[in-house]
Amino acid sequence: MSVQSTAEPRAAAREKVMCRSNVKLGFVVAIMVGIAAPFVVYPVFLMKVLCFGLFACAFNLLIGYAGLLSFGHAAFFGSAAYVTGHALKVWGLPPELGILLGTLTSILLGSAFGLVAIRRQGIYFAMITLALSQLIYFLALQLPFTHGEDGIQEIPRGYLFGVLDLRNTYAMYYTVLAIFIFGFGVVWRTVHSPFGHALRGIRDNEARAISLGYRAERFKLVVFVLSAGLSGLAGATKSLVFQLATLTDVTWQMSGEVVLMTLLGGDGYAYGSGGRSGSSACA
Amino acid sequence: MTTILGVPAQALSGQLLLGLINGSFYAMLSLGLSVIFGMLGIVNMVHGALYMVGAFTAWMMLTYLGISYWGALLIAPLVVGVLGMVIERVFLRYLYEVDHLYGLLLTFGLTLVLESMFRYNYGASGLPYPIPAALRGGNDLGFVYLPTYRGWVVAMSLAVCFGTWYLIERTRLGSYLRAATENAILVEAFGINVPRMIALTYGLGVALAGLAGVMAAPIYQVSPTMGSNLVIVVFAVVVIGGLGSIMGSIVTGICLGLLEGLTKVFYPAASNVAIFIAMAIVLIVKPAGLFGREP
Amino acid sequence: MTDTASAAMLEINDLNSFYGESHVLHNVSFHVGRGEVVTLLGRNGAGKTTAMRSILGIVPKRCGSIRLCGKELVGLPRYQIPRLGIGYVPEERGIFASLNVIENLLLPPIIKKGGMELEQIFALFPNLNERASTQGTRLSGGEQQMLAIARVLRTGAELILLDEPTEGLAPVIVDQIELAIRTLKDRGFTILLVEQSFRFASKVADRHYILEEGHVVDMIPNAQLASKRAILNQYLGL
Repeated sequence: MSVQSTAEPRAAAREKVMCRSNVKLGFVVAIMVGIAAPFVVYPVFLMKVLCFGLFACAFNLLIGYAGLLSFGHAAFFGSAAYVTGHALKVWGLPPELGILLGTLTSILLGSAFGLVAIRRQGIYFAMITLALSQLIYFLALQLPFTHGEDGIQEIPRGYLFGVLDLRNTYAMYYTVLAIFIFGFGVVWRTVHSPFGHALRGIRDNEARAISLGYRAERFKLVVFVLSAGLSGLAGATKSLVFQLATLTDVTWQMSGEVVLMTLLGGDGYAYGSGGRSGSSACA
Repeated sequence: MTTILGVPAQALSGQLLLGLINGSFYAMLSLGLSVIFGMLGIVNMVHGALYMVGAFTAWMMLTYLGISYWGALLIAPLVVGVLGMVIERVFLRYLYEVDHLYGLLLTFGLTLVLESMFRYNYGASGLPYPIPAALRGGNDLGFVYLPTYRGWVVAMSLAVCFGTWYLIERTRLGSYLRAATENAILVEAFGINVPRMIALTYGLGVALAGLAGVMAAPIYQVSPTMGSNLVIVVFAVVVIGGLGSIMGSIVTGICLGLLEGLTKVFYPAASNVAIFIAMAIVLIVKPAGLFGREP
Repeated sequence: MTDTASAAMLEINDLNSFYGESHVLHNVSFHVGRGEVVTLLGRNGAGKTTAMRSILGIVPKRCGSIRLCGKELVGLPRYQIPRLGIGYVPEERGIFASLNVIENLLLPPIIKKGGMELEQIFALFPNLNERASTQGTRLSGGEQQMLAIARVLRTGAELILLDEPTEGLAPVIVDQIELAIRTLKDRGFTILLVEQSFRFASKVADRHYILEEGHVVDMIPNAQLASKRAILNQYLGL
C-alpha cells in the first residue's frame, strides 16, 4: 500500500499515511460490523445488500476510475447467475466451483463486450453496452437452459469445499461476507495501484496519457473485463443466496439500477458505493 | 410453388413485409433521436416510453372519450409533443452544459417513472386496440398478402420520415435548426429565439415517437413496456447509422428492419438479436458507424 | 428619450465583463453616433472582441450599461438584443457549413423595415449570387467574409458590429471589404469595427477607441491620427 507514496512530496505523503491509518481503522470497524450484523439485522437482507454492494463496487471501478459508463452491466451479473445456477443444479458442482464458473463466464463475456465497445467513447459506449446486454437478454429468454420466464429455481446451495453446509443461514452469510471483502479488496488494490493511477490519468486526459506512452485502449479493456468479472462474482453469489436466477437479472432496468446505485453512492468513492448503494438497492 | 434459396417465396416476402413494418418504426424513432441529439446533445432514452405514451393516449381516447383512431393520429402526437416540451423546460435544459451521460441518466429515470405510472394504473399485460374499420381487410398482391393496415403503416411512416427530412433539409425553419445545431450562440446573436426552438425541436422529435406509438397500437398490444425494448433496438440502429444524420437514420432503420425479417426466414432463433449482432460487426469493421460523425 | 441620448446610437457606460474568474473589461465606456464608423483598436487580448460580445450578451457575465438608441440592453434575453437593430459579423465569419450560401444569407430574420433587398446585396457582392447554392464553407475566405457582411444587411439592423473583417485576407480582398464598408456608411449604417490593422481602420473610420488590457485608454478622431501617430504606435506596440 505504501509503495507508490515514495514518489510523492513528503508532506502529502505524511498526510496520506495518516489518512491511511484512518482508512485501515475504518475497514476494521466495517468488518467487525459485518461480522456482528446478522445477529441484529435479518441476514438475508444483509446478503442482498452485500451482493448488490459488490455489484455497485464493480461498476464504480469502471465509471469512477476509468470514466466509462456501461449501461449493460446486468449482462455480466445475470449471465453469471445463470451459469452458476445451472452448474449447481444440473451439473451438481460444489458452490465454489459454480461461483468460479459464473465469474469466468462474465470475464469471457466482458472481454467480448469490451473489445467491441471500447471502439467508441462517451455516449456511444453507453449505448453499445446497452445494446449488447440486450443481446444477452434475448439469449437468456430463448436458450433452453435458462428456462425462459421461469428462470432457474431452487438452486441447491450445497457444501462449501465439501464441508460447510450453506443451507445454514449464518454459514451462507459469512461466505457472502468473505466474497464481498475479497471483491472489495480487488477493487481497492486496483484503484491504489500504478494501474489505477494510469487509469485516472486516461480518464482525465486520454490524449495526454496516450502521448505519454500509455496504451489507453488496453487499459480500458482490462478494467472493463475486471469490472465485468466482479459483477459476475456478485451475480453468481446472488444466485446462490436466493437460489434463483431469473430474467430480471439480465434486464436493462437492472443495468440502469446499478448506475443509479453507484451515482447515489457518489462515483469515484469506493466506500460510498459499497455499503450505501447496496442498501439503496434494497429499499 | 416458387422458392428462393429453398424458402417459399410467399414466406420470404411475408417476412420482408413484417421487417419493413418494424423498419418503419425504427426509422421514425431513430429519426427523432437523431434530431434531438443533434440539437440538444441529449440521448433521449425516454423516447421509447413516450412512444408508449402515444399508444396509451390513443387507447385512452378511444376507451374513455370515444375518439377514433383518426382523431388519435392527430391528437396523441400533440399530447406527447407538449409533454416533451414540458420535460425539456423542467429538466433537460439544465443539462446542456454538462456531459451527455447525465442526459442519458435523466431520461432513463423518466422512463422508469413513466413506465411504472402506467403499470400501476393499467397493469403489465397488453390492452388490445382495434384496427380502424376503414383499414381492415387486405389484398393479395400475388407474391404477398398485404393487410391494409400494415400497408398504411409503411406508407404513412415513409411519408412522415421523408416529410421530416424535407422540413429539416429544405425549408427555412430547417435551416434555423441546422444552423443552431452547428452554432447555437451565433444563431441567437442573429435574434432567433433559440431556447424556444430547442423546446420545439424536442417536442417535434418526441411527437414523432408519439405518432409511431399510435400507429403501433393496432399492430402490437398497448402495454407499459412496449417501448422499452424497442428503444434499445433503436439505439443499436443509431449506433450503426451514426447520430446526427437524418437520411442515415431513415435508411439504416428500414434496412435493419428488413435484415430482421430475413433472419426470421433463414434462422428464426436469431431474429431478436440480428440487429445487435449487426451492430457489433459494424463497430468492428467501421467504428464510426455507416453515416457517422462523432459527437 | 432626450435628444442627447438619441444622438448616440450606442452608448456604453462602465461596462465590466468576466469570463469565469477573469475580469476582462474594466469600466469600459464609449459611444457610437448615428451614422458613424468607430473602431476599437488594441493589441491581441486587449478585450476588443469581448466588448463586442458583451454588447450582444454572449459573455458569461457582464454588468454596467449598454444602451442602444436609449434602450438598455443589459438584462434582456440574448435573442432580443439583435432584434433592437444590431447586425453581427463575428470573428472568423461564422458561416454555417450545413447551410448553402443562400440559406446562410437568409438566416438572420428581418427585424425592421428598411433593410437592403437581395438584388442590392448581390449588386454589392456579385460573387455571392453566382455561388448561391454552394455549401457555405466551400467559399473562399474573402467570399465568406462578404457573405458574413451581406447576411446582416437585409435584416434592417442599423448598427453593424464587424469583428476583424480583414483578418487573414489577401490585399485585393481587403480593398473590396473597404469599399463595402464605405458603401454601407454612405447608406447610413452605423458601424462598430474591431480591428488589429490600424492602417485599414484609418481608411474607413471616423474615430478610434484604444483598448489596453480591458481599459479604454484613449480616443483619437481620425483627423488627428497623423499628429498622434507616435502615441498610437506606442499603444499598439508597433
